[in-house]
Parts: sequence; C-alpha cells; structure tokens
Amino acid sequence: MIRLEKRPQPSRGWSLATPLVAVLATMIAGGLLFAVLGKDPVAAIRTIFWDPLFGEFAFYYRPQLLVKGAPLVLIAIGLSLGFRAGIWNIGAEGQYIIGALCGAGMGLAFYPAEAWYIFPLMVIAGAFGGWAWAMIPAILKTRFGTNEILVSLMLVYVAEQFLASMSLGLLKNPEGFGFPGSRNLQQYASAHNAEIITGTGMHWGVVAALIAVIFAYVLLNRHLLGYHIRLTGEAPRAARFAGVKPARLVLFCLGASGALAGMAGMFEVSGPSGQVSIDFNVGYGFTAIIVAFLGRLHPVGILLAGALMALTYIGGDIAQSNMGLPSAAIQVFQGMLLFFLLALDLLTNYRIAIGKPEVA
Amino acid sequence: MSTPLLILDGLTKAYPGVVANDGVSFVIGEGEVHALLGENGAGKSTLVKMIYGLVKPDSGSMRLRGAPYEPAEPRAARADGIAMVFQHFSLFDALNVAENIALGMEHPPAMRDLAARIREVSETYGLPLDPYRTVGELSAGERQRVEIIRCLLQDPKLLIMDEPTSVLTPQEVAILFETLRKLKSEGTSILYISHKLEEIRSLCDQATILRLGKNVGACVPAETSAREMAELMVGSALKTPERAGRDFGDVALDISGLSLPAPSAFGTALKNLHLSVRRGEILGIGGVAGNGQDELLSVISGEETTTSDAVKFNGQPIGHMGPSARRALGVLTAPEERLGHAAAPDMSLTENALLTGATREGLARNGFLKWGAARAFAARIIEAFDVRTPGPENAARSLSGGNLQKFVIGREVLQRPEVLVVNQPTWGVDAAAAAAIRQALLDLAAGGAAVICISQDLDELMEISDHFAALNEGRLSAPRPTSELTVDEIGLMMGGAHGMEVAHV
Repeated sequence: MIRLEKRPQPSRGWSLATPLVAVLATMIAGGLLFAVLGKDPVAAIRTIFWDPLFGEFAFYYRPQLLVKGAPLVLIAIGLSLGFRAGIWNIGAEGQYIIGALCGAGMGLAFYPAEAWYIFPLMVIAGAFGGWAWAMIPAILKTRFGTNEILVSLMLVYVAEQFLASMSLGLLKNPEGFGFPGSRNLQQYASAHNAEIITGTGMHWGVVAALIAVIFAYVLLNRHLLGYHIRLTGEAPRAARFAGVKPARLVLFCLGASGALAGMAGMFEVSGPSGQVSIDFNVGYGFTAIIVAFLGRLHPVGILLAGALMALTYIGGDIAQSNMGLPSAAIQVFQGMLLFFLLALDLLTNYRIAIGKPEVA
Repeated sequence: MSTPLLILDGLTKAYPGVVANDGVSFVIGEGEVHALLGENGAGKSTLVKMIYGLVKPDSGSMRLRGAPYEPAEPRAARADGIAMVFQHFSLFDALNVAENIALGMEHPPAMRDLAARIREVSETYGLPLDPYRTVGELSAGERQRVEIIRCLLQDPKLLIMDEPTSVLTPQEVAILFETLRKLKSEGTSILYISHKLEEIRSLCDQATILRLGKNVGACVPAETSAREMAELMVGSALKTPERAGRDFGDVALDISGLSLPAPSAFGTALKNLHLSVRRGEILGIGGVAGNGQDELLSVISGEETTTSDAVKFNGQPIGHMGPSARRALGVLTAPEERLGHAAAPDMSLTENALLTGATREGLARNGFLKWGAARAFAARIIEAFDVRTPGPENAARSLSGGNLQKFVIGREVLQRPEVLVVNQPTWGVDAAAAAAIRQALLDLAAGGAAVICISQDLDELMEISDHFAALNEGRLSAPRPTSELTVDEIGLMMGGAHGMEVAHV
C-alpha cells in the first residue's frame, strides 16, 4: 500500500529539486506525446528547450526571451505580494491594459514634441493607470467587503472594452487611413521604449522587472511591511494581534500589483508592440498568475519561472513552425509542465511511504 | 478484586530521538479509580494511546482480565470494553447530541431508540442532557457529558479520562465526580489523568506517577499530600510562587461602561463592563471559556477598538488606538490561542519574537528589520523561560503546547509591560513551568506593573490574584478581594450554578 505521510518540517532538498524533476518528467511525458503524434521526440524536446537558447537562430530568439519574460516577471512580482497575504488580484490583465492606455495617452499628448522627460512621464502615467484600476477592487473591498477576486476579474472585461473604444476613437491614428489603432510609438523617438543595447532585447521593461525582483526580495525579507504581508498570509489573526491593519494592506498589495502591471503594459505598448490596438493584450496578466505560483511566490523563483515560461512559449512557436506540431500539442506540453510542478510540490510537505501503516 | 482488570508490563515506546515510555508497568484493579500523574511530556498520552490501540508498543505486554490484550486499533479496544474521553472534544457543532453520538458508533440504532438510550443513561448517571439539542449551543461541561455518554453507551469496563476537569466550573466538577463514583460503585474502572492534585486526592484510589517516560512511583492519593505528589512528578522540591507584600499604586488601566457587540457569530457580546487595575495589583478574572474572555482581551490589546474614553491607560484615553500604539505605551497582552493568534505556526521563533516585540524592543529601524536583534530577543526568551527547543530558527508549530506557551508569555513579560493581560497563561503547561509563569506574573506586579490574569483555573487565580471577578455571558461581576472568597462563592460568581445540580444518585 502506498500512502502519503506528512513531513514534520518541509523538506528543503525537495523544494529545490522539484522544479528540475518536474522539467525532466515533462520532457519524458511530452516526448511520449510527440512520439505518438509521429514526431521525433528527441528533436521536438531539443527544439523547445535547446534551440531558443543555443540553436542556429538563437541570436534571434534570445532577445525574445527577455521581451516575453519581462512583462511576466514584472506583473508576477506585484501579484506575489498580494498572494502572500491572501489578497487575490486576478485582474492584472485589466491593469496592464489601462496602464498601456495611460502611458500611450501621455506620450501621444506630447506628439510630435521631442523631450527627454516624455518617456519618464509615460512610465509614471502607466504605473498610475494600473494603480488606479486596481484601487477600484481595493476600495470596494475595504469599504463594502466585496470580493476582490470577482471585482478585479470583471474589470478586465471592462478594460478590454475601453481598449477597443480607445483604439477606435480617442487614440486612433489621425493619419492611419481609418484603420483602428494609435500612432506607432516606435516611430516617435521620445516615447519609444527602445532597446538599451541593440540586438539584446534589453528594453526598459527588463530593467524594471529586475529592479522589481530586488525590491520585492528586500521588502519581504528585510522590511517590516514585508513581514506583515507574510504574517497576514500565514496567520491573519496573529497579524491583527501584531497590529497589522488589514485594510491598509489590501490597499498596498492591490495598489503595488496594479502599478507594476500598468508599467508592464506601458513598456509593452511603447516598445515591442508599438501601438494601442484592439487586440493589444495577449494574456500576460493571466499567465503571470501561473508564473507567480510556479515561482512559489518567491522573487527569485518568479524570475526563473518567468524565464522558463518564456522559453516554452518561444520553443513552442519554433516547434510549431519548424516541425509542424499542432499548437494544441504545445499547449498540452505547457500544461504538463505546470501539472508536474504542482504535483511534485506535494513532496515538499509529504513523503511517500510504502507498506502498512503502523498506527490504525 | 482478585484478578486485576488490566496489567501493564514493561510497556516501551520510542519515537525518533525520544523514549516516550520506558518499561512502564502497573496494575488497574476492577472498580478502581486509578490516577496517572506526570508533567507534560512525561509520557501519559503515549501510554493511554497504547491502551486505547492508537499506538503500538515497541515492547512489553498488556493483559486484560488475564487474557493477552493487543488492540490493533481503537475499534478493537472499544470491543474489549475500553473507552476514552479525550481532552479535546471531537464533536460537530452543527449536529445535535444524538447525531454526534451516532457518528461514533459502528452500527447506530434508529435515532429515536438512540435518543431514548441517551436519555436513560444520562438520567441514570446524573448527567442531564437533551439528545436533540444542537452541540453548538452547549457549554463545555455539557459537551463533555456528550463525550462521556458516548463512552457509557458502550458499557465500558475501563474508562480513560484525559484532563476532564480543565474546562469545568467547581459545580460541574462536583457533578462529574458523583458520576464517576457511581460508575466505580458499579464496577467500572477509571484511568484518570490530571494535573490537579487535590482532585486526585479526593477521587482516586491509586496513583501511578510518570516522569520522563518512566514509572517513578505509586501512592495512595488519599494518604499522600499534594505537595509530595507534585514533588514526585517533578523529581525535585517544588517551588511555590512567592507573594511579596505589595503596595498598590495609581490606577493603570481603567475600563468603564464598555459594551461591544459580538465580533463573530460564535463570539460573545461584552455588556457594560467596568474594571480598573492599579499598579502592583493582579486582578484575576475567572469564568468558563466562551463567556467573553477573548473579547475582553481583544478590547485591551486594541484588536477591537471602542470609543476612546471606554479604555484608559494612566488616565489617558486609548480605546481608539490599535495594538501597536498601545504596545508603545506599555499595554501588552498574551491571547489564549497560541497557534494562529499569539504566534504564527509556520514562522520561526525569531519571526514570532518580532510579532509583538518590534516596537518595544526596537527590532526595526525605519521599517527595516534588525534580524540579529530579533534573534537575540528570541534567544533571551528561550533562555529566561526555559523553552525547550533546539534554537530560535525552529518553527513555532514544532514546539509542544506548553513550551510555546512559555515562549508567548515570556515574550510579553520580557518587554517590561506597564499593563499585562494574559488569557489562560498556564493552560497545558506542566506544574514546574506553570509555577515559573505564575512567579513571573507576581514579579511583574511586584515591580509595579498592573496584571490581569484571565483563567479557568481557579487554583491559579486563588494563588496569585489580589482581586477576583468573574465573566459570565459577557458581564463582569464586581471584583472582590480574593482572600475573603470561598470556592462556593466563586462558583456562584461564575454562574456555573445555572441549571446544574449535583446528581442525586
């Protein structure tokens, strides 16, 4: 008989080893899947994990890793603060959109003037937009006790409508021959989130993501506020006893995650994407939730998880176009990775015991 | 009593790193009330778990009425006539008494028959109980009756009771003892676990004393003084807390006309509460749990705020302040619930030292934590209050209840409080540690602090408090000097007499 036994203390070894074991298990199970589909499993796995980093065209894919990973990490760091405290912001996608709209709007308001202060103002506007959008669920929760999960999620759809209206109306490019979408910020030097070093994919959003990781690490491990966030998540009643004001924590956590998501949106719209368009958002805000949990809500873990997620996206794209793998197979593969990570996570707190239990 | 009921011979059980029971042998006779005495961690629980089939001994044997007895699981033990009333009740609040009892039975009879049986047994043994009442509405004493009746329905030969009186008022204890004596007169043996030596002296025929897993002696409780038994338990001469003569100073904490609606569905509303404590004074507040103790503590800690004038510290209104502001002034509290309220279970002791110590011990500067100082503070608590743990990096949940209690009390005492409120300071703590905690409270008062001790342990309140008041359904009785009170008066103040009669059997 196989049973699970709770460990007296969480196993440190396993908590470090599970991500590696999970990746390995995904490779095996995914390889089987690809083999059944009639593809060479080794080649497929190599295409997904190896080619983006070290393959023939890696010079093109490596920058993409940063471009795709940065918004994920930036948003996930913000979300992880709230998740640590049991405050569930599910609406980062909406905050990301509003941040992009505010950032782009700020930039376009100056068009065609050129000045050094335009881009910093756009960053502030982006962060403010995301923060303001997150304040809606925050204030409703602290004032009226509404559920922040529902409110923040529903506001995503409001934000999407807002985005459509903006790209068809107020922010539409007057010289765009009637096509929906704003002016292309890539062609507006003062507002362009250009690569800091050409060809590396390193734009200001990547820098912001790294700063956010360091900031979150210091906050959680060295600051009283971070301690209060962790305490609230572990033992809410003890946190009240310690003097934590729950409402203030809700405002901080939702506000911080909103501001970071808004910033991510702004960096995206002014850089890789370039313009506000109806289908500007591609789900970073939702994927970031997965990244946050994949990284165990730990800043460094989130950094690694964001990189891994970006890798499977890019590798998946390559496998689709080069090997003709169906996109559904790639999604199953990504799903497997999550599945194995979460399933193996159990081993951190439990161990598998074989044999009859000693105690009935 | 020619063949004894149960013979334990050389029972040994080792867990990794600790021998819980080491060759324990004793005999329980038919119709005998046998006391099992020992400090926390002495191995009492492990021993009764072996008898009840929850734990299998490594070596040694048991004989029940002469036949070898090796229960593989509690069901087997119950089939052999062994029943147990646990210290912590396992009842569902939302179900009624009969449903709760049916849940624990192998083949429950029809509800109507079961209810009739419950009524019959409860009347026979003087434990009045309505089978159709919802358990959530019952007092602690009544809940215990449900557990006892659940056992009695099995018609046990041996009834094991783990700390049965820790939640009862004196009147309820009297009722319970009548019941146990009646059971005994019918030939049922009882294995009775308790810290309370006076109870054991009045109730038990024999006592076995465990220390560090070994049987260190036996005595006839009626012929042995409480002090002698305590010293056998501890293994050394016991220190009684000393009360230095104290002068009361100015009023430090004053609560007047405080009312508070029940904070939750299972909470108690506080009704027009008045109390004041002077410097150097210990005010004892008795009462059965759930009568507003948690709520009273939370209005003093600042977790619940009130109008500012309702609570005053040194004459200054503080009712509107939160916990941190009150701590900064010197009003400290230690809640009853250790895990999840006074301490965060999965956090280390260092982090838990920070929980209340950040302000007064200066463990943070400009919001940045001084981990070194926090660790030193945790180490100081561990040292001063003899907390048994490998070190401050261990998680709070890895400590035994008594050790964590020492940590929680120590954390507040070492912060030099001006007012300290503790709720159940020695609950689950062994005799020596309890004496140390009481001594610490007395020392604090002698040093000029005002102390409020909320407790269900009347002996404790009698021992340390200068004035006594009782909480009953959210109302506080007028405080009276402890020295003028008798146990009966206290019981009446606690409202324990409500609907409770000593069984006429």
